Amino acid sequence: MNFSGLIQDFGPLTITGLAQGAIIALFALGYTLVYGVLRLINFAHSEVFLLGSYACLIVWGFFGLDQNSATPNVFSVIGLLLLGLMAAIVISGLTALGVELVAYRPLRRRNAPPLAFLITAIGASLFISETVGVITKRNIKAVPPLIRPADVFVIGNMHVTNLQILIIVLALVMMFVLDRFINRSRLGRGIRAVAQNPDSAALMGVNKSRVIALVFLLGGLMAGIAAVMYDLKIGVTRFDAGFLLGIEAFTAAVLGGIGNLRGALLGGLLLGVLQNYAASLFGTQWLHAASFVLLVLILLVRPTGLLGESLGRARA
Amino acid sequence: MSEPHVETPQQADEANAHRSDVAGGTSAPGPAERSSDVLLEVDHVTLRFGGVVALNDVSFSLRKGEIFGLIGPNGAGKTTCFNAMTGVYRPTSGTISFNGESIVGKKKHEITRGGIARTFQNVRLFPEMTALENVMVGADAHHKTSVVGALFRLPRHWQEERSGREKALELLRFVGIVHRAGEVSRNLSYGEQRRLEIARALATNPTLLCLDEPAAGFNPAEKEELLALIRKIRDTGVTVLLIEHDMRLVMGVTDRIVVLEFGKKIAEGTPAEVRDNPKVIAAYLGVPTDAA
Repeated sequence: MNFSGLIQDFGPLTITGLAQGAIIALFALGYTLVYGVLRLINFAHSEVFLLGSYACLIVWGFFGLDQNSATPNVFSVIGLLLLGLMAAIVISGLTALGVELVAYRPLRRRNAPPLAFLITAIGASLFISETVGVITKRNIKAVPPLIRPADVFVIGNMHVTNLQILIIVLALVMMFVLDRFINRSRLGRGIRAVAQNPDSAALMGVNKSRVIALVFLLGGLMAGIAAVMYDLKIGVTRFDAGFLLGIEAFTAAVLGGIGNLRGALLGGLLLGVLQNYAASLFGTQWLHAASFVLLVLILLVRPTGLLGESLGRARA
Repeated sequence: MSEPHVETPQQADEANAHRSDVAGGTSAPGPAERSSDVLLEVDHVTLRFGGVVALNDVSFSLRKGEIFGLIGPNGAGKTTCFNAMTGVYRPTSGTISFNGESIVGKKKHEITRGGIARTFQNVRLFPEMTALENVMVGADAHHKTSVVGALFRLPRHWQEERSGREKALELLRFVGIVHRAGEVSRNLSYGEQRRLEIARALATNPTLLCLDEPAAGFNPAEKEELLALIRKIRDTGVTVLLIEHDMRLVMGVTDRIVVLEFGKKIAEGTPAEVRDNPKVIAAYLGVPTDAA
């Protein structure tokens, strides 16, 4: 075990881990929101992310950008970034909504048992990712160098880049907005009401189907943003890009307490950072194994996750 | 208003009692009377769960502005009847109409928005929300802002949010727990939770409020306070349907009563009429019907 490496690179490992964790956290929101209301793990959420990661590339392609383009000037970058985000948000949001309408709602109408939902979830996930695989001939797609990582400030050996700041700040802002929306607005109140007692909520005039659709949509929007950040950070995407990151995001949601928005943020950031520490300590090949061992250890101590379950408790 | 459906001598008696109750109600009521007076009509409703007949051809109607009691021994079908009226169960046969419109097959939230609100026998609040938020969920049912409006916080959203908050506070004051508005509802006392449930139901702007054993677990003093609250609610123009098995409580507050036993209606009338009805006495004291 390489303790001196961990101590020496603690700063850089932390900042890159936080950036990775911020993406995981945004991604995790979709799992946690849907679980909070439906007690359902929406495995197709990884493909909601996947389609978002392609949507922004297609938009940037319209403007003639590919991986060999030069980085455009600042104003174009901002414009392209906004357009890319918008495209990813719309496509991911619609995908999430589509999965709910096509794969889950008909089952709910027929009072299907939870296992049926699990299978459809896996089915929807594989269907979308394989379809993308066929269309893209399973090739990787490179991302145009919209943002060239450049140091904004340096503390010791920790170089903080513009991209890392963008990712972390955007994730925090989105988390804040979503948290306010859930805890302060009428629709957020409806979501919490359905999460805490679906029958009472219906009898109070809350339209459960609409709340469920809204929850899928919100999760999709956040996954869309995560997808753009992922593209910019990793530089490529592929038909199975959502798979492993999806498992990490789901893990983050469980780690923080599934159903709990702030838990997803905490879980995501923690997972990102811990993966980096583990990679440094045991070698990169142990990155996933080590972080999942840690997950199990944390759950042994806190079985409901760090901040506990339920959308309702998100306010505490 | 009267019962056209006469089966047993008992029910004939009841129909007579009814006649004295409603002026000129000897024949089948005309449509005008129906629409002006009747708020909710349960018409020959039967509800089966597999082989069990939970409700057997039950008919009665609620008039606007009254406090109506639905009573019977435990297991008589009161709550089942209630659930059918609020869209939780769908009757096997028969119709239930509210304001002249059938509610059979409507979704629960549609029925609520139509003007029927209810509380539960066992308290079912949103445990992790504050008392104020619980009531606001009920008030939200009538608001119109869209997702977009709420996300971008358009003026209308603010306005509705503010009016919803004011209305919720007013209702908490009305039921007497406004000092607990900011408390998470699971931390409220049992009595406060029951009152909160009533406030939440009132927030949906009901014309009919259904209370399912609201006095369960109350001591006599609390029951007295509850009766006062129920009268206060009626005085605001809301029709109240009260389910109880505590006869004394119901006698003190209701205008009219229907008694169920084993899923069948065995009596209907004013509290005094029902109290003296041998069938009702038999049902409550457990005397075999043939001996009564």
